[in-house]
Amino acid sequence: MEQFFLYSAVVLTIIIAVPLIRVVKGPTLYDRLLATNAIATKTIVLICLIGFLFGRIDMFIDITLAYAILGFIGAMIIAKFLESPKTRIEE
Amino acid sequence: MSEIQTIVSIIFIVAGILLMFAGSVGILRLPDFYARTHSVSKSDTIGIIFVIFGLIIYEGFTHSSLKLFLIIMFVVLSNPIGSHALGKAALKSGLKPLLHHDKNLKKDEEVQQ
Repeated sequence: MEQFFLYSAVVLTIIIAVPLIRVVKGPTLYDRLLATNAIATKTIVLICLIGFLFGRIDMFIDITLAYAILGFIGAMIIAKFLESPKTRIEE
Repeated sequence: MSEIQTIVSIIFIVAGILLMFAGSVGILRLPDFYARTHSVSKSDTIGIIFVIFGLIIYEGFTHSSLKLFLIIMFVVLSNPIGSHALGKAALKSGLKPLLHHDKNLKKDEEVQQ
């Protein structure tokens, strides 16, 4: 089962690397933010898998919760900042 | 009992990883920002639920599995809210959605900001 966790963590790392292409070449600012948000949410699962791989899931779960809350707060704050009328995009 | 537990958890984890792969490909291939929010919010949330539910089944009924369930509840609440807030910010700040009846469909590279 440890082998399975290792392989699934490797596959998940490759999947996490895919939205980086959208971060680099995204046409608008919002595309980049969306791809960053997707990377942050998938990293939650990766940290859980690493905890099972090391056999210390009781410690890694707290790291996961802190990471999830920080990512969510960051995304919400950036969205609220971009919503304000001073940062509108001119067409 | 333990073998059945392992097999069921492997099935759940593989299904979740496939769903997350679909979400990643959707970010690359969909044509518009609002279509990409669709891919990020839905398939990623379902994929995370599946993988962590598989980990809960593998762990059994312990203290840690309750915390994993709390992570599922938090992701279910937070991931669609984050995508919705980004979409609302983009709509309010004047990003036009790509409509079907637009004759001159703009390519991705022409919308450079």
